Amino acid sequence: MIMIFLILSGLSILFISGVPALFFSSSSEKGHYVTVFLVVLGSITGCIGTAFSFATDIPPTLIISWTIPLGNFAVAVDKLSAFFLIPVFIIPALGSIYSLGYWKQKEHTANGQKLGFFFGTLAGSMALIVIAHDGILFLIAWESMALSAFFCLTTEDHKKEIRDAGFVYFVCTHIGTLILFIMFILWNSTTGSFILTQTQTLSKQTTGIIFIFAFIGFSFKAGFIPFHVWLPDAHANAPSHVSAVMSAVVLKMGIYGIIRFSGLLMVSEPWWGIVLLCVGAITGLSGIVFAFSQTDFKRILAYSSIENIGIIGMGIGLALLGRSYAKPELVILGMGGAFFHVLNHSFFKALLFFNSGAVIHATGTQNIELMGGLAKKMPFSAFMFIIGAVAISALPPLNGFVSEWLLYLGFFKSIEPSTTSNITLIALAAVVLAMIGTLALATFVKMYSIVFLGSPRSEMKNHSHAPALSMKIPMFVLAGFCIITGILPVLVTPLLDGAISAWTAYNPDSLVISKLIPLHFITATGLLLIAIVIIIIVLYKKASTPYKTIKGITWDCGYTKPTPRMQYTGTSFAQIITQLFSFILLPKISKTSQLQHFPEKTHFHYTVADLILSRLVYPVLYFIRKLFFRMYIFQQGQPNLYVLYIIVMVLLLFIFGGIGVDL
Amino acid sequence: MNEFINVLFVIILILNLFALGNSRILTIIRIVALQGIILGALPLFIEHHITIPLLISSVAAIILKGFVIPLIMMKALRDAQIKREVEPLIGLLPSTIFGGLVTALVFFISSQVETTNQPEVSLLIPTSFATILIGFILLITRYKAISQVLGYLVLENGIYIFSLLLIEAIPMVVEMGMLLDLFVSIFIISIITNHINKAFSSLDTRNLSSLKE
Repeated sequence: MIMIFLILSGLSILFISGVPALFFSSSSEKGHYVTVFLVVLGSITGCIGTAFSFATDIPPTLIISWTIPLGNFAVAVDKLSAFFLIPVFIIPALGSIYSLGYWKQKEHTANGQKLGFFFGTLAGSMALIVIAHDGILFLIAWESMALSAFFCLTTEDHKKEIRDAGFVYFVCTHIGTLILFIMFILWNSTTGSFILTQTQTLSKQTTGIIFIFAFIGFSFKAGFIPFHVWLPDAHANAPSHVSAVMSAVVLKMGIYGIIRFSGLLMVSEPWWGIVLLCVGAITGLSGIVFAFSQTDFKRILAYSSIENIGIIGMGIGLALLGRSYAKPELVILGMGGAFFHVLNHSFFKALLFFNSGAVIHATGTQNIELMGGLAKKMPFSAFMFIIGAVAISALPPLNGFVSEWLLYLGFFKSIEPSTTSNITLIALAAVVLAMIGTLALATFVKMYSIVFLGSPRSEMKNHSHAPALSMKIPMFVLAGFCIITGILPVLVTPLLDGAISAWTAYNPDSLVISKLIPLHFITATGLLLIAIVIIIIVLYKKASTPYKTIKGITWDCGYTKPTPRMQYTGTSFAQIITQLFSFILLPKISKTSQLQHFPEKTHFHYTVADLILSRLVYPVLYFIRKLFFRMYIFQQGQPNLYVLYIIVMVLLLFIFGGIGVDL
Repeated sequence: MNEFINVLFVIILILNLFALGNSRILTIIRIVALQGIILGALPLFIEHHITIPLLISSVAAIILKGFVIPLIMMKALRDAQIKREVEPLIGLLPSTIFGGLVTALVFFISSQVETTNQPEVSLLIPTSFATILIGFILLITRYKAISQVLGYLVLENGIYIFSLLLIEAIPMVVEMGMLLDLFVSIFIISIITNHINKAFSSLDTRNLSSLKE
């Protein structure tokens, strides 16, 4: 019981963390410090509670009846909830510390306090979502999260593009919530209550329908294609620590929903897993292809989040298939990979977003085509970016590798001779995963080389400075997490095993991850790799000391008049692959049609808009809007006419009521 | 007694038609005030046992509908410095005829419908519906804001007549609440009318169409 109270008090502190700051002057930093202190305090309290709840086997439950109609205030912390509480408590606390340097109250007097307030409610409501044991409480927390996230991302609401991004987010999140309403109504009518407990008595049709509604509703938050339309703009336009929390934790709430409800619905059919596997594969692949073609620092990261969500979805799909075909190894490896990737992605994506904030703060632009050569001015950011990039590209020895390795092993398990033939096709997913990994690597090579290497491509704001200490600490902590969980996955696997056992009771052989794969091998290889890198660096230093180093311009190469514009740009770097995938990217290219004999002024413009948003959602919505323009004839602006409408309506009601038509 | 009540209902109906056929706004205010006084007194005649609460609500209705609201309206009229509704959507005579037709139609329909109420108030339901519809006609055909307020008052009177059916069922608090609502809304509308007059330098509600998208 103690852990529930710890977690509840932690999340309550998070909820109110922004309140005291409202009483301070809007130009003083004191309130900001109080907010950060409260967020960190709440998170630490919550973390202690979470740690305790990993230690107990019986999930503690607290049910208090309340005066709100329907449902109870019921919370329960099983190991699945506890697992998701880890990023929920860690990332916002780090983001809050980061905001001390990034979003100084002194520089943002108009919106700093508002941001602090909603940042706290965002973190608190996410914690409540994860532990909610009642459908109504879940929906309340869900809506509270959606609104807090809306206000966080529209912090700079005086800018039009931010208001637009906020609007798209607002519409999408509410469509998702509406579908969840339907899902919970179905849940209530089939199980008889809003309490979220495992169901074994439902028919396959019922669970299938509930699952579809849950999947679509939660996909709007998680960002599976085609429900991702809000995601790139929202992430690109929010303050960086908000983007970090959105990408690292808010998206994971959608994943949590899918995992939670696929776990609660015990009766399942194979198509559930196939749907998730296919949607995940499509999401992962197109997400990373879109990421590769973007030129906005944060949009790249946003699309890469979509890609990672796709990978997680593939893991869940594998586990669902394993459950349907009674293959515990697939369940363990698929769900283990998915859970591990949830954790990893929240670490390295938060790291990358924090880093992007530092870079954007220093250069004053989000366009990577205008950056360049930042490694010399911001070595710390460059190093942190390398760590994040290596982790997200799933390269050993960092954590991204371990989670994707689990998934690879799971996919290959499906073609072992002992298995039946009908699931061998799953192994194709390994190919997709490999493609995703390669493209992710290419994306981050592009980013690093364009942003940090070469020489500056434009007159950047000349205060390219090292980030403040409060911005460095969170990045440092996250990089530490990436390295530790990458080299010592043994630390994490017990948590994964706990979460898997809470997800499904199906595990007849009580398998654990460490039995299935040699984890110490990962540790050894990781250490060996690090040792090799260190040896190479040492040898290189030793070999190069006798020689004098001359510093010149990058790409100097004996050319007499090098200019930064001779360098590869991000777009040209990406060109080969974007051309390959032009059938889904559908880029808009505008250039001078013919080159003359004598050079004239020429231009080349290349933009990639989001496929679903610009080619599907907007056209459909514009068409609907055009239809509704015809309704304008009813709006004449004359009160008399409006009264006439009322009387016509009243008379119609009388007539229909009189002849007994049910409206 | 029965005859007398029916006479009162007929007077109300005739006052409706007068309100439709008159162009002087001051006269219409007086007509509506008279209608209000009759309405306020009606429950005293319908009920056999006159109780204190009934008396209070009746007196309150008479004071409010017969004196307070008309005075507010007259003040608004003086402030606005207008005297008549110059060109209504439908002319005065046609709208009077139209009102008469509507009244006849309502009486015809209600004669076809069987009701369970007491025979002594058989005119109550048709009168109430006719008054409501004539209120609507006033609202729709008049352009001056004050005339529309009067239409609203007539409409409210119609609803009040209908509520006489339930006079035993409705507690006095509810009835007082209804009167208070009416008073407050008229009060506010008069203020708004004044502001419309200032903003558009006329009380013609057609000007409000410039507010539409």
